[in-house]
Amino acid sequence: MTTRVATLTLPWRFVAFRTHGLPLLPIAIIVVMALMAIFAELIAPYNPEIGILGERFKPPAWVAGGSDKYLLGTDHLGRDVLSRLLFGARVSLVVGFTAVIFAGVIGTLLGIMSGYLGGWVDQVIMRVTDAWLAIPGLTWAIFLAAIVGPSAMNIVIILGAVYWTRYARVVRGEVLSLRERDFVRLAVVAGCSKWSIMKKHILPNVVNSSIVLATLMLGVVVVVEASLSFLGVGVPPPQPAWGLMLADGKKGLMAGYWWLTVFPGTCIALLVLSANMLGDSLRVKLDPQLRQL
Amino acid sequence: MKKFVLKRLGYACVSLFVLSLTIFLFVRITGDPTTLLVEPGASKADIDALKSQLGLDRPIWVQYVSFMSSVLQGDFGRSFYYRTPVLELYMSRLPNSLLLGLVAMAFSLLIGIPSGILAAVRVNGFWDGAGKIFALLGLSMPQFWVGLLMILLFSVYLGWLPSSGSGTPWHVLMPAFALGWYFAAAHMRLTRSSMLEVLGSEYVKLARLKGLPEALVICKHAFKNALIPVLTLAGINLVLMINVSIVVETVFAWPGVGRLFYEGIAFRDFPVVQASVILSGGMIVAVNLVVDVLYAWIDPRIRLGR
Repeated sequence: MTTRVATLTLPWRFVAFRTHGLPLLPIAIIVVMALMAIFAELIAPYNPEIGILGERFKPPAWVAGGSDKYLLGTDHLGRDVLSRLLFGARVSLVVGFTAVIFAGVIGTLLGIMSGYLGGWVDQVIMRVTDAWLAIPGLTWAIFLAAIVGPSAMNIVIILGAVYWTRYARVVRGEVLSLRERDFVRLAVVAGCSKWSIMKKHILPNVVNSSIVLATLMLGVVVVVEASLSFLGVGVPPPQPAWGLMLADGKKGLMAGYWWLTVFPGTCIALLVLSANMLGDSLRVKLDPQLRQL
Repeated sequence: MKKFVLKRLGYACVSLFVLSLTIFLFVRITGDPTTLLVEPGASKADIDALKSQLGLDRPIWVQYVSFMSSVLQGDFGRSFYYRTPVLELYMSRLPNSLLLGLVAMAFSLLIGIPSGILAAVRVNGFWDGAGKIFALLGLSMPQFWVGLLMILLFSVYLGWLPSSGSGTPWHVLMPAFALGWYFAAAHMRLTRSSMLEVLGSEYVKLARLKGLPEALVICKHAFKNALIPVLTLAGINLVLMINVSIVVETVFAWPGVGRLFYEGIAFRDFPVVQASVILSGGMIVAVNLVVDVLYAWIDPRIRLGR
């Protein structure tokens, strides 16, 4: 099966949307966005934070009244939308990836400890997980953001603090069944310490689930970051974040300045869509147990 | 059964306890809570008065006990902005959120159930594929962006619907659709998988063997049983909708509890923010408890098992 897919020519792989069982389109979108974020300084035609007030609300180049100077138009302060989108990719991706990894590391470690050590450690971690899961992630994030104040760094910490529970829950479940497997029992008989069993025997076996979950969480985290920025408790202005651009765009919405709403939203939706598609196929590929999740 | 209910009740209480403790600790660990609890622009004397009133010099567990006892008495403090007790404020906004949630639920079920059934009946066919794409889009497009796009289309270009506020039935349509959109995808997925399970069961095979027309098998026999898990999820989601509609309510200036939460943040009205989180958590813990108990009541395997 894999050999057959591997021998397919590149154009056909694009049509089939898969390579080695992974969907090509979402990977391509994420890679392009990452390149946009990395090389934003080189690609972006203007400074994303400084606009020319005389050039406010210019529509995209192909619409009547638009000029070639501003390909995707300008916003209420005369800032170039394209430049802001490019730099915004940086905020969304950096915040998204670091938050997902941060939450994943905490959640996986606590999940392993909870599942393997059992007893009061398990009770404490699981009761906290239960309680935290009772509040929707967005509500938690807004509450914490209101306490600690807005900055990109704080958002990463907040999202990590909110979303580790999802990993802990899933990882614990896996560890509970791993604990009863022969190779772990043999390690106990061989005299391995609890810590080295958790590190060498349990961790490598739950990493797959954590990666799948992280990919699926990326979409969630990007939306929550955008929502926080949209509400004014996320990335502070004038930094270009997609959620912030939507908040600015709402000011021009009733006047019909559609490009300020359509473009940033499309970027968010594309990134989330890619993360979800990638997560779905990784789930099937890496971890059949998670299929029903 | 009694033992089961008591056990679940105990878990729920523990959850609420941990929840209140984390909220309480977060507010105090991250800095001086007086800066959050004092009104913006208060004088130095006011701050000192509040400090002694809150008893911030007392041991932390004494502070927690007094915090909890006022919360249990329904006293969440006074809103700085509205100058009324927070609980009163919350209760006055709740009916609006409930209305929004119900209409959103109606949208999500009207879209989700038929498309889920269609996808299950034509499994791996065109409609199944279309349904998958629709579900992916539903889960990927942020609700508030859907809302903004709808404002653009229906208010700005077509001028059919009011872009914000409340009062007429027209006002509820767009926020409800934006909110229900995401849940429609979830309901579709569940309807599809539940329907597939039922369609493979013995009694459906019997109904087919009897020579019943396929439409009757699907509509009368399979559909009813496939609906049970979907309606359970819908019940939980209704409570969730009330609590996650913050951004949608803000976009459409809908006067519900989500908007209240946002105002709490925008006006630095901390008692409102804190109460919203606690009440939201309490509501969801309660619903989970009810669902657990109902399930155990319906299915003895759950209450006796393990």
